[in-house]
Amino acid sequence: MVDDQLDKRLKDLGKRVKSAQAKRAERTGASGGGRGKPAEGMAVGVRITVEMIAGLAVGVCIGLYADKQLGTAPWLLILGFLLGAGASFANVLRTARELDARQARERQAAIDRASDE
Amino acid sequence: MAAAADGHGGGGGLDPLHQFEIYPILPINIGGYDVSFTNSSLWMVIAAIVAYLIISRGVGAGSLVPTRMQVVAETLYSTVANMVRDNVGDAGKKYFPFVFTLFMFVLFGNLLGMIPYSFTFTSHLAVTFAMAATIFVTITIIGIMRHGLHFFSLFFPAGAPLATAPILIPIEIISYLSRPVSLSVRLFANMMVGHTLLKVLGSFAVMMGAAGILPLGLLVGITALEFLVAALQAYVFTILTCIYLHDAIHLH
Repeated sequence: MVDDQLDKRLKDLGKRVKSAQAKRAERTGASGGGRGKPAEGMAVGVRITVEMIAGLAVGVCIGLYADKQLGTAPWLLILGFLLGAGASFANVLRTARELDARQARERQAAIDRASDE
Repeated sequence: MAAAADGHGGGGGLDPLHQFEIYPILPINIGGYDVSFTNSSLWMVIAAIVAYLIISRGVGAGSLVPTRMQVVAETLYSTVANMVRDNVGDAGKKYFPFVFTLFMFVLFGNLLGMIPYSFTFTSHLAVTFAMAATIFVTITIIGIMRHGLHFFSLFFPAGAPLATAPILIPIEIISYLSRPVSLSVRLFANMMVGHTLLKVLGSFAVMMGAAGILPLGLLVGITALEFLVAALQAYVFTILTCIYLHDAIHLH
């Protein structure tokens, strides 16, 4: 008798938690999380910026070093700069694609959770 | 680090970078190399000990109804476990201890830095680059061990026309080499900028006298933001390690 009651109460609680979660997913939009948005946006911005600078910096450094060793200044620096710029764009594109994929996954998870009644 | 660290900078003189100074606590010199135990080393040891204590105390109880410490330990564990599973896949299970250790070390390095008068070792490029370079070399070796020479197909995107190889391969190699740079610079820049900002605002609060209440209010908000940044950057550092690991294991 007591067990039955407990069971019923637990089920009730489970239902309430689920509906609250669904409501929350609706309210925060399917964009996922919703908490600490400004900081997360800044993190994404910093990440892409650093990604862009790093590619260029590595290209230029390799170019400068090779020039110094081979005495071909400034040609390898120019080549390194161009290739570094290409690497920067490759980095940024890769990062953006990966962020997109993660966002899509989070959206899917939120939808799954909401429809999981 | 925060407003309380103002005594460091000394009176009116504003020196927000003073907090990043490294000084030896126990001078050691081996074979002409300076390997002193510095304040930076001290806080690394503290971070490792705190991480160890939290995990060991949390796991030690192991009860069905968790204690507070157990919830903390289990949350940290499941965060990283999910991260590894989502980003690396099942093959990544083997590397979970490495990734988890990394996460805990960076997380506690960042968080302990928020204690006034403490030292943030993650705000030094030497530290973050050493970590990033270790990760980079380890992951490259893992990739070569798993795939042999086939690993180098990572440098040529599948499906691209062969004629583009002379341009694409150098670009991909530079992009690959830029990974440790971006990994380390991101963590270092975030921590350094945050702590410098806190220090500058803290000095303003002191210098402006009664009107200092304004920067003080701002400081409260920024301190909260810095805690978020500390956790978020540890998370980003770890998730990128996972992504690089994924590339090395699955090659695209």
